[in-house]
Amino acid sequence: MATDITAYEEMIKGLWRDNPVFVQVLGMCPMLAVTNSAINAVVMGLATFFVLVGSSFLVSSFKQWIPKQVRISLYIIIIATFVTVVDYSLLAMLPAIHKELGAFIPLIVANCMILGRQEAFASKHNVKYAVMDAVGMSGGFMIALFALGSVREILGVGAFFGVDLFGANFEPWVIMILPPGGFLTLGLLLLFFNWFTERRRQFLDKVAEAERVAVAGVDKNG
Amino acid sequence: MDDLLWIFISTLLVNNFVLAYFLGLCPFLGVSGQLETSFRLGLATTFVLVITALCAWVLNTYVLIYAPYLRLISFIVVIASTVQFIEMSIKKLSPSLFKSLGIFLPLITTNCAILGLAIFATNRGYGLVEGLTFALGAGAGFTLAMVLMAGIREETEINDVPALIRGTAFNLIIAGILSMAFMGFAGLFSST
Repeated sequence: MATDITAYEEMIKGLWRDNPVFVQVLGMCPMLAVTNSAINAVVMGLATFFVLVGSSFLVSSFKQWIPKQVRISLYIIIIATFVTVVDYSLLAMLPAIHKELGAFIPLIVANCMILGRQEAFASKHNVKYAVMDAVGMSGGFMIALFALGSVREILGVGAFFGVDLFGANFEPWVIMILPPGGFLTLGLLLLFFNWFTERRRQFLDKVAEAERVAVAGVDKNG
Repeated sequence: MDDLLWIFISTLLVNNFVLAYFLGLCPFLGVSGQLETSFRLGLATTFVLVITALCAWVLNTYVLIYAPYLRLISFIVVIASTVQFIEMSIKKLSPSLFKSLGIFLPLITTNCAILGLAIFATNRGYGLVEGLTFALGAGAGFTLAMVLMAGIREETEINDVPALIRGTAFNLIIAGILSMAFMGFAGLFSST
């Protein structure tokens, strides 16, 4: 039972506390390049999910047989294989979106988050934890992609998943779907994340302080 | 000749790899603290990009016509090992050059700009000369963006920026403004 709880924690940590985008600032290229609409962001998130979970599974299953000296190259080849699978599947299933994402599907290989998880986690833990960790991390990545994609699509086009939101009078902020909008939105989201974490830390400090005072008061009275 | 010039200028300014395609963001945000280092990193990256273009052309012309599905894997393996090999030869032949490029070379191989260049060049069907020009333009554009960013960051180092925004958020907002400035070049060619 206890192991189940830790496996669950491995998954949860990627979603918020160690979020690959907001906290570790990894995987920026696909993050910014494809998030000009919510649907692109979701497809990219799913593709990354498949690649990360698949390669974490393989790497942690074969970790005894991977020689230390060539491990990075092997990881990259495993990742590249999964990316090729995703690339061809998307081409077959969703040709329109595949065309829009274009070169950025193959570029999942160069997403440092994926290689980072293999090196830092999957190569050291057993299959169950590695897969849970991969699910959590790619979930966190997906949340970030989705947040960025939604903000940019709502402000830049005035629509959400292609559904018009504001009617004809809305003047879209075209800059948001262009490259500068990606940088600015991610910068502001990071700022918000920092602010939120800071507020939470201050709040917890205050609670701890209040508890300390309360305990000290009890000691004095008793 | 006009075509080559067009490829070079458009990759350098209009379709800048960093500011318009978001390629090579890790070093752009991570290593751009100092002007001197950024410039050298830019040069080293240009060097690797040119080699990549060469490798990609060889692979595309002689190998991948028989097995297109191996494109991604072979690009990564061949480029990484070629760069490693060149790194070793430079170390042997010219220690001073190795000292100035050396530490960056292995890092650059995992930079997405490298793989991005190979894929873009393939998708657009560039030949050898066009590919090399494309690589030079991309490298020059990367260096330009790095140097601009490092200059701005060195200046803002002494400014009074709120502690909360310092770090990546601040760099991203600077990058956004830089990218906006680069969009001004979009009118340079009527066909873009």
